[in-house]
Amino acid sequence: MTSQSIPVAGSGRHERVPLRLRLAQRGIDGVTLLVLPAALFILLLFVYPFLYGMNLSVHPKGGAETVGRFANYARFFSDSFLYDTILTTLWLALPVTIINVVMSIPVAMRVRLMRRQRLLTTILVLPVTLGAVLVAEGLLNYLGPQGWLNRTLITFGLVSSPIRLVHNYWGVFIALIIHSFPFTFLLTLSYVTGIDPSLEQAASTLGAGPRARFRHIILPLLLPGLAITFCLSFVQDFAVFPSAVLLGAPAGPTRVISIAAYQAAFEEYDYSMASAIAMIMGFVQLLIVVAVLTSRGLFYRGPAGGGKG
Amino acid sequence: MKGNENPVLSRLWAYAIWAVVLFFVINLFAMIATVVVNSLSTRWLGTWLPPGFTTRWYFSAWKEFQLDDVLVVTFQIAAAVAFLSALLGVPAAYALARRDFPGKKLVMLLFLLPLLVPPFTYGIPLATVLYKSGLGGTMWGVIVANLVPTVPFVVLVLIPFIEQIDPRVEAAARVFGAGTVRLFIYVLVPLLTPGILAAVLLVLMRTMAAFELTFLTSGPGSQTLVVSLYYAVSAAGVRAGQSVDAMAVIYMLTTLIWLLIALRFVNPTQIVARAKQTH
Repeated sequence: MTSQSIPVAGSGRHERVPLRLRLAQRGIDGVTLLVLPAALFILLLFVYPFLYGMNLSVHPKGGAETVGRFANYARFFSDSFLYDTILTTLWLALPVTIINVVMSIPVAMRVRLMRRQRLLTTILVLPVTLGAVLVAEGLLNYLGPQGWLNRTLITFGLVSSPIRLVHNYWGVFIALIIHSFPFTFLLTLSYVTGIDPSLEQAASTLGAGPRARFRHIILPLLLPGLAITFCLSFVQDFAVFPSAVLLGAPAGPTRVISIAAYQAAFEEYDYSMASAIAMIMGFVQLLIVVAVLTSRGLFYRGPAGGGKG
Repeated sequence: MKGNENPVLSRLWAYAIWAVVLFFVINLFAMIATVVVNSLSTRWLGTWLPPGFTTRWYFSAWKEFQLDDVLVVTFQIAAAVAFLSALLGVPAAYALARRDFPGKKLVMLLFLLPLLVPPFTYGIPLATVLYKSGLGGTMWGVIVANLVPTVPFVVLVLIPFIEQIDPRVEAAARVFGAGTVRLFIYVLVPLLTPGILAAVLLVLMRTMAAFELTFLTSGPGSQTLVVSLYYAVSAAGVRAGQSVDAMAVIYMLTTLIWLLIALRFVNPTQIVARAKQTH
């Protein structure tokens, strides 16, 4: 944005300008080079390991010549103990993400009007800060058969015997909601507050009720943000690990794909297989994200702030 | 729906939303309170509240889990990650905020990807590379692994801060003969202090709570508090639950202190909305 153009007398004399100036004209100078250390770091420690893992995954443990290049992938998709983990993970991550996104819209719409938002947002940022391990440990106590939740339910006569909420699907489900609803909500809130209130006021002046205002004004403006929110929360929920081990049944109903990858790497020491599972994990995430972002292209795209940008 | 709003319905709708929020917050606090109460109880089985309170679990947890070592390691790792991510991230953010160059979109994508891909997905190939290179299991391995998401985080947090600084201030410094290094030390860093502070505090907080990357790359001497907590919880039954919860409370306190400090400088929504400026 600050790359000033250098006056050149005639277009024919363009070659005469020294290389340094020509580069500077295109925005490359000493300042631009400052991006290099960080960029090289990410190339070396993010892109390279990814490519290395991809390459490692097609060099299976038995040797590529004897078992074939794609032996790891073949094993993953022929062993139900392994390929079922994809469905198990989706079965956890998709409902949780959808519930969180759907719930955070009305709450964010309401909180937007609040004057003292900071207290609520501070409370809600707690589980994000504390992390999944602490949430899992807390819920082990709280949801357990002797925990406060079951005691309350029994006292009010809602259930006769404690309901089982730990070491099964629901434990992980609740842990994911507690851990990722605040994340989804705060992200949605930041998008909702980005919509200029005067747009809604204009609709209201023209006689639109709250439901019509939401459907025809807010929702179309919010959808691109919601798509991003959905993707970010989904990707996090899909990689669930600590709560699936601590609160779930890691051998059965909550054997998610990250557990399979972890076991391959650190219990069987088969890094090639582990890389293959990590690649499959990344691919499934990418598939969902691309699906969501392409459908986003069908909706309105444009500024959500009337004039202020 | 036309014209006037139904006041009863909209009132009910508002109450329903607040009820949901209240339900969530109550459960959240009850969950945290269970951990605190359990860590302070003599024993707690089958009652609303434990029969007696004691602080001895804190002493036994401190010794049992060697928390002094673990805390020192945790702070060392968090401080190193915060310092190095600022050192790498601030110049990169400056270049990206001030210059338009060919391939800038690609560089931005490079910085976005580690934030969009969850740690577990790239953590496994990264851990493999680190173990092959001999860094796996060491403190440097943990630091390097944690830098992967935090360097891009610092870059993305700081770009809007830098864009707010008037470029004429820098131009003036250049006119008076300041080179890039002097420009950074005497002009940019002082002006950017609020932004850098916010970014560094958020990085500290994230590193304390970052489980996956540390879990995948740490060895016996390089575990942070949250990873030790995970091992303690997963081996529950071997140890008293109160002792594990005492450790959980210590972990909570160390994280919450940083959260409280961070909240003086940043808005809570900033803690999650990291990729907002870019899409």
